[in-house]
Amino acid sequence: MSLIADDTLYQVLSPTGEVVGSVPAIAPAGHLNLYRWMVFGRVFSDRMTALQRQGRMGTFAEVKGQEAACVGLAARLTEEDWLMGSYRESLAYMVKGVPLAAQLKHWGGYIPDNYPFEARCLPFQIVLATQVLHAVGIAHAIKYKGEPHVAVVGIGDGATSEGDFNEALNAAAVFELPVIFVVQNNGWAISVPRHAQTRVDSFVRRAAGFAVPGLRVDGNDILAMIGAMDTALDRARSGGGPTLIEAETYRMGAHTTADDPTRYRPPEDLELWGRRDPIIRYRKFLMDRQLLTDLEDEQLQDDVTAEFEAAVAEFEALPPQDVAQHFDLILGNPPPQLARQKAQILNEQ
Amino acid sequence: MSTLHREITFSEALREAMTEEMERDPSVFLMGEDVGLFGGVFGVSAGMLEQFGENRVRDTPISEAAIVGAGLGAALVGMRPIVEIMFADFTTVAMDQIVNQVAKARYMSGGKANVPLTLRVVNGAPGSAAAQHSQSPEAWFMNVPGLKIAIPATPYDAKGLLKTAIRGEDPVMFFEHKMLYAARDIVPAEDYTVPFGEAALRREGTDATVIAIGGVLPNVLAAAEQLAGSGISVEVIDPRTLVPLDTAALVESVKKTHRAVIVHEAHRRAGPGAEIAAVLAEEAIGYLDGPVIRVATKNVPFPYHPELEKFILPGVDDIAQAVTGVVNYVL
Repeated sequence: MSLIADDTLYQVLSPTGEVVGSVPAIAPAGHLNLYRWMVFGRVFSDRMTALQRQGRMGTFAEVKGQEAACVGLAARLTEEDWLMGSYRESLAYMVKGVPLAAQLKHWGGYIPDNYPFEARCLPFQIVLATQVLHAVGIAHAIKYKGEPHVAVVGIGDGATSEGDFNEALNAAAVFELPVIFVVQNNGWAISVPRHAQTRVDSFVRRAAGFAVPGLRVDGNDILAMIGAMDTALDRARSGGGPTLIEAETYRMGAHTTADDPTRYRPPEDLELWGRRDPIIRYRKFLMDRQLLTDLEDEQLQDDVTAEFEAAVAEFEALPPQDVAQHFDLILGNPPPQLARQKAQILNEQ
Repeated sequence: MSTLHREITFSEALREAMTEEMERDPSVFLMGEDVGLFGGVFGVSAGMLEQFGENRVRDTPISEAAIVGAGLGAALVGMRPIVEIMFADFTTVAMDQIVNQVAKARYMSGGKANVPLTLRVVNGAPGSAAAQHSQSPEAWFMNVPGLKIAIPATPYDAKGLLKTAIRGEDPVMFFEHKMLYAARDIVPAEDYTVPFGEAALRREGTDATVIAIGGVLPNVLAAAEQLAGSGISVEVIDPRTLVPLDTAALVESVKKTHRAVIVHEAHRRAGPGAEIAAVLAEEAIGYLDGPVIRVATKNVPFPYHPELEKFILPGVDDIAQAVTGVVNYVL
């Protein structure tokens, strides 16, 4: 692998849905599954934002516009692979196997059971880029045990400025670890645009500086994401070491529900990226290949909305969070002091 | 001397603990800066690379955040990493990983994640190592729920506590004072552990309780010996772990002596002694016949000049003077 970065944009579907590259091998049902997840992601993002506005949900980070990148980075992982990310990877976590019910509990302030280890994910990272180091540690354990698994970690473009990101790339390269870094370059770090974050024109060039091979991918093109992940997963599983994938996408919504992007984002950006919408182009591809009809598309839209609403109804019927439970979650072998504090809380209730 | 109870150094005791645990359990491994071929800058892991190979005794890039973060990642998937932080002063570079990640991983996963990660952290003033190589920052971590803190003062405890740390399911900050590495002690060759949260009685006495934390123990015992000559009987208690803290042992001793002095090498202001003094105020105020006194490093950065360093550290005379003062205190 040449260490000179090749930052040609890898694309399979043009923004208008024309096939411009080699379509990865995906069965018809696989195509529909990817599309369903993307449509579900859009519903999830819009509805979670609406619920927060109605006071029915905690702070939420939108994934609108990034559905292809989120679904693509998780869709080809096995149950044994590990996935970690920040709050922007919520949709990717569900694709990996974290149940919607657990997501609702998490965003709604509950302590979910088994979350999210049951799907081999780590809790969303809030202090940005720290999860990239955890991926290095997990990949180290995978290699140590001689397992064929891979650690995949999602990170935003803004978080690449953190020291942890750079330390992680260096360590992954030195130890030749089975890890894939997926930079979801969505153009914004809250209000700070990409060009104010780094003067390097592609994150693939950052990776090259650490001798980590990189792939620059149209992150709104689900088929390009799948193709890139297949390449990186093959490399990791065959002992070829780490890969960085830069997924070029755009955050169509706010950073979180605590943000107002109209204060800093030029409106013409939304028009430009609206024409590059990941769902529109994939829908056209599926219809061109006669894998989807208008009627089926409408039905799908209704189905995922109903699925989401049913989960919300269950979430809203939950009893309040048990306060004393907090004391059981801190240490595996808790000292008596913690038990005393717990007893005190129970007495005061 | 029996072959089972040899006299070995603090440093050798730590190496034995790591070696025996790695022989016993393939999920245990060591990583850190210069821990491999070089055997650690203080020689604690000397020879371990030759025995276990570089997969299990791993030299890392100079990236403290990466070492701790990767240690956490490995711990989350069933490994039992031992991570060496060459100087406690460098924990600052990995502070987010320690405070926000390691300490909270179990909690943020709804109690699901085990974090069997041992961070071996080298603390203490070794003589003219100056402001960034001498600190004892234990109290920073006492303020973080989710971490356990061990601070052995003898080779016996070093080995037994390190084994407990490695076998446990929680993250442990394991402080090793540089000046203790050469200390010698009778240490059993057979397997044993020292539990967390159980203080050790180092000397029995009736007039004052001195609580000695980590590397100050030799000075405290010297001061107690000196005081015995002037008719003051000092009880010395070594907590051995700061989290959990054996408050019952401290309170029991104070009930007997009615006086308490806390000695540590961490800076005085908001050091571990502040927490212990508060515990005594909460749980033993009725038994105290005088103020709880802290003898600790003065609130200035560690100097390079040896005379200045000696001036700011808690010495034998400082300890003896504090105990005499509290014993002669009149309500």
